[in-house]
Amino acid sequence: MITGQIAIDVREVTKRFDDIVAVDQISLDVRRGEIFGFLGPNGAGKTTTVRMLTGIIRPDEGSVHVMGHDIVKNPVPAKQQMGVVPETANAYLDLSGRQNMLLAADLYGVPRARAEERIRETLAELGLLGRQDHRVQGYSKGMQQRLILGMALLHEPPILFLDEPTSGLDVQSTHLIIAMLQRLNEAGTTIFLTTHNMDEANRLCHRVGIIRCGRIAAVDTPEQLKQTVERIAVVLVRFDRRVDIRALSALPGVADVAEVNGRCRIAVEDIDTAIQSIVSHARAQGTRILSLDTPTPSLDEVFLSITAGDD
Amino acid sequence: MHPSGIVEQVRRSIVIAKKDIMIYYIKGPVIIFGLLIPLFLFMAFSVGSRFASLPFLISGLLAMTLFFTATAVSPVIFPWEAQARTLERLAAAPITVPALIFGDILASFVFGVGITLAPVGIALALGLTISHPALLLLGILIGAICFSSLGTLLSVPPTSSPPNIMMLSSLIKFPLIFISGIFVPIESLPAWGRLVAVFSPLTYFTDIARYSLGEVHAFPLVVDIIALAFFALLFTAAAMMLHARTLPKRI
Ligand SMILES: Nc1ncnc2c1ncn2[C@@H]1O[C@H](COP(=O)(O)OP(=O)(O)OP(=O)(O)O)[C@@H](O)[C@H]1O
Ligand SMILES: [Mg+2]
Repeated sequence: MITGQIAIDVREVTKRFDDIVAVDQISLDVRRGEIFGFLGPNGAGKTTTVRMLTGIIRPDEGSVHVMGHDIVKNPVPAKQQMGVVPETANAYLDLSGRQNMLLAADLYGVPRARAEERIRETLAELGLLGRQDHRVQGYSKGMQQRLILGMALLHEPPILFLDEPTSGLDVQSTHLIIAMLQRLNEAGTTIFLTTHNMDEANRLCHRVGIIRCGRIAAVDTPEQLKQTVERIAVVLVRFDRRVDIRALSALPGVADVAEVNGRCRIAVEDIDTAIQSIVSHARAQGTRILSLDTPTPSLDEVFLSITAGDD
Repeated sequence: MHPSGIVEQVRRSIVIAKKDIMIYYIKGPVIIFGLLIPLFLFMAFSVGSRFASLPFLISGLLAMTLFFTATAVSPVIFPWEAQARTLERLAAAPITVPALIFGDILASFVFGVGITLAPVGIALALGLTISHPALLLLGILIGAICFSSLGTLLSVPPTSSPPNIMMLSSLIKFPLIFISGIFVPIESLPAWGRLVAVFSPLTYFTDIARYSLGEVHAFPLVVDIIALAFFALLFTAAAMMLHARTLPKRI
């Protein structure tokens, strides 16, 4: 089987629901071993896309290949390669955590002895071992979500799809899940992750795709995306005493100065000239510089600028 | 292991059946309901018709029990799973829709056959002799597949509201009871009734049960068995095909 470096290959995929086009001619590649973040505002078509990639719904047009298998023509081998954590999914509430895990292992054809071992490992890693024999009914939201992640991992899939896996979870559960995803990725798992959390996407994802109104607006590394956003550079400086704003404004390379929370927010025309002149000005005045920051735009700002114009 | 091979898919169907039994069937109310409805119908009926023979009554009870138990839970599994949001993970699992449906039918089959042993026990306890036990068993097995697949077929409309499906399936189940020779022998039905009865799979099972208990029966046995098997195949194939189409609409 020739699958090369591409884990997920999406070509001109479209999905309509009655009169709305939820996903419109989307094409993208996810490389093997990468964590691909899929971002977009509410209703942009993220969940619809993930459902098509995982063979839960059929695209109206276009093709999807996962590890070289066509998801429509050959769904079983394709699905065998993936673990899926849907946006809103429950475990069986009347069964225990362990029983749910066993069921998942059996559905993916994991041999019993291996399943027992995997279940023990996974439950331990997810912090659920102590509650494994309790009914899922009594689990908290975070515990349920961890269990569902565990159920998706038993057959050690090379690709993992997660649709907002940490939405509504507390810090501990979120950290646990993120750390686990990172470990899995280090061990070679390709991850397709839908999220609203820019910070998460920024730290975790090798590349992100931004979707708006059913179309791909941008696909790149978080770093590259941030650079594409046009923006006057800003330098934030804290001095050990009050400084003359007007004198600062007159320095070479400086465009504008404002005082924000005890710091000078200096908009600069040229960052090198500006910093050099600020430093010499401070030295000449006998003023000490306590801190100097050159904040880059956050992924949040990138996201807002790319998806601007949506309601 | 070839995940899409038939052996592996059947194995996964059995996993589905086990899941159904654990979650949906082994519930006190479900089991009691499965036994009580036929029993009450039967008692109401036997009080009203004192002249009917015991084998006639018992074979009717048998037919009702198998029919009601095999169609009790099978129609509501899909809407339940959709409502409880457990269906999407199943849809993402490496199991084909036919294998998924086969699993549901299998669970209903096991439940139907298991509970139907109760009226057979009642028959024996009442001192009835079963003249053709092998035939009765064959009839119960084919009948269980037939009614289970009918139950699964009834859940095709993509609603995620179990009460809607319950209503729909009751609308179809109860009339069938009255045109299938359970309370009134086919021979005594008016002409239109006899015509309709031919289209009810329950007619043929009732006929087999009558014969097995040494009663008069309406059709040749071969016709009974072939008709029952035909309906079983028809319902199973239809359920597998139609669910493949409606499953994505439930999610
Ligand atoms: N089953 C469905 N039937 C009809 N319309 C649907 C269905 N599923 C999604 N849609 C529509 O398709 C569009 C995309 O929805 P989708 O759930 O994919 O968005 P999303 O990006 O996942 O949003 P969110 O961030 O809120 O989860 C929306 O307009 C939604 O109303
Ligand atoms: Mg979504």
